[in-house]
Amino acid sequence: MQSMSSQPQLGKGFDEPVLASQRCFRQILAAMSEPGSVHRLGEDVESPTGVSAAAMLVLLTLVDHETPVWLAPRFASAATYLRFHCGAPVLEAPSAATFALVDGASVDLDLGAFNPGDDRYPDRSATLVVGCAAFEGGRDVSLSGPGIRGDITVSPAGLDAAFWQKVAANNARYPLGVDLILAAGNEIMCIPRSTRIARAAEAC
Amino acid sequence: MQKTVTPSGSPRDEAYNFAYLDEATKRMVRRALLKAVAVPGYQVPFGSREMPLARGWGTGGIQVTAAVIGPEDTLKVIDQGADDTTNAVSIRRFFARVAGVATTEATAEASIIQTRHRIPEAPLEAGQILVYQVPQPEPLRKLESSEAETRKMHAWGDYGPMYVRLYEDIARFGHVATTYSYPVLVNGRYVMSPSPIPKFDNPKMHMSAALQLFGAGREKRIYAIPPWTEVKSLDFEDHPFEVQKWDEPCALCGAPDSYLDEVITDDQGGRMFVCSDTHYCEGRRDAGHRGRLLGTDAGRALARDGE
Ligand SMILES: [Zn+2]
Repeated sequence: MQSMSSQPQLGKGFDEPVLASQRCFRQILAAMSEPGSVHRLGEDVESPTGVSAAAMLVLLTLVDHETPVWLAPRFASAATYLRFHCGAPVLEAPSAATFALVDGASVDLDLGAFNPGDDRYPDRSATLVVGCAAFEGGRDVSLSGPGIRGDITVSPAGLDAAFWQKVAANNARYPLGVDLILAAGNEIMCIPRSTRIARAAEAC
Repeated sequence: MQKTVTPSGSPRDEAYNFAYLDEATKRMVRRALLKAVAVPGYQVPFGSREMPLARGWGTGGIQVTAAVIGPEDTLKVIDQGADDTTNAVSIRRFFARVAGVATTEATAEASIIQTRHRIPEAPLEAGQILVYQVPQPEPLRKLESSEAETRKMHAWGDYGPMYVRLYEDIARFGHVATTYSYPVLVNGRYVMSPSPIPKFDNPKMHMSAALQLFGAGREKRIYAIPPWTEVKSLDFEDHPFEVQKWDEPCALCGAPDSYLDEVITDDQGGRMFVCSDTHYCEGRRDAGHRGRLLGTDAGRALARDGE
């Protein structure tokens, strides 16, 4: 493999792919198992401009030639990176994507544009990595459901005003629906379709 | 003496990729695991691989463990509740060799516990992962042999025939005759087979602090129960679910509330009941609990760590 230093578009993948992807996966698995909890992905990665390290690490860990990816326009610069480091096909349209990198701040985010799975194979649904600004400072939202003891209040920042409404609508289709991995900086938080969403005030 | 963590002793065997599976296979299993967690109790198909252990030795569970395990993990493996059976020892050695991980018999010290046929008696803690080896993942298979049909039944939540079967038991025997693989409803949506654990263990799956992962190698299915998830054994208002009970406590440690195996002690028809969870039983004896037969010849033969 030639030196990447002169090709900033490609960035840097995992230093030690086998152990790094295992460490990342365990954090992602823990995050998916306990929706609303924040987990740190500690690996060193050089991600494309505008894409958080956490988002890139999730994709590096899970994506390959078998999993077509769709990128929101804001993250189009990640296409070269994903093709090079993961061998993943990058799609023009979201409907056939297994993974997607989307922008939580965008009014255009349409969760219904992605594959929700079908009633015999709900596992065929897409997994969305959602870029946001931080995991505190945003509007309080109360989560409950599998993986959550009682309920938990979360407040990710940098999300569109209608974001949680869209997530609630997605999760109302359970067991169909997409699963979300919010990413900011080096951290992630998962909101699988099994999670019930309420405004914090309503849950009290 | 309580067993504590055993470092793997020798470095991992570099002839194999870490944890044996290749990276593409791990990614595929990992993606299946995340979907399994997102839809608790639903069986996710996966591309099961051949493993270097005899069929029927839990290759599904082994593949799940291989996809999650890392060098920092401490692994416990149990078979029928015991850490020292051939199956448990082989799997523990396999992971010590291909992943260089530490192993333990102590439930509380393990970060990953792979199991066949039991859930440990000691309550599991947050952060622990319990991996079940599953021979038959489909709880509806005895009612319907066609995979296409059972998939439809799960899709539509059409579980009437399952309740009818259980109720036929009640009509005939006065109770549900199933004692192993007793079906459960997970998160109010999917009927799931808990693998052949005794129904005694079913309540431990409900609102467990640990993550529970299930792997069926031959049937190529993975499913999961996240922590703090509702798991209800199927029953009827007039015939509520009940677990097995014994008339006497464990003969070695006196535990009144653990799952007991019946053991024949001599050819005169002598028998005793002892904990199936060997580590739990040892821990209780170490803490000073004494059963009726501890210290007798029969007890000595069974209690490998007893006096
Ligand atoms: Zn005992």
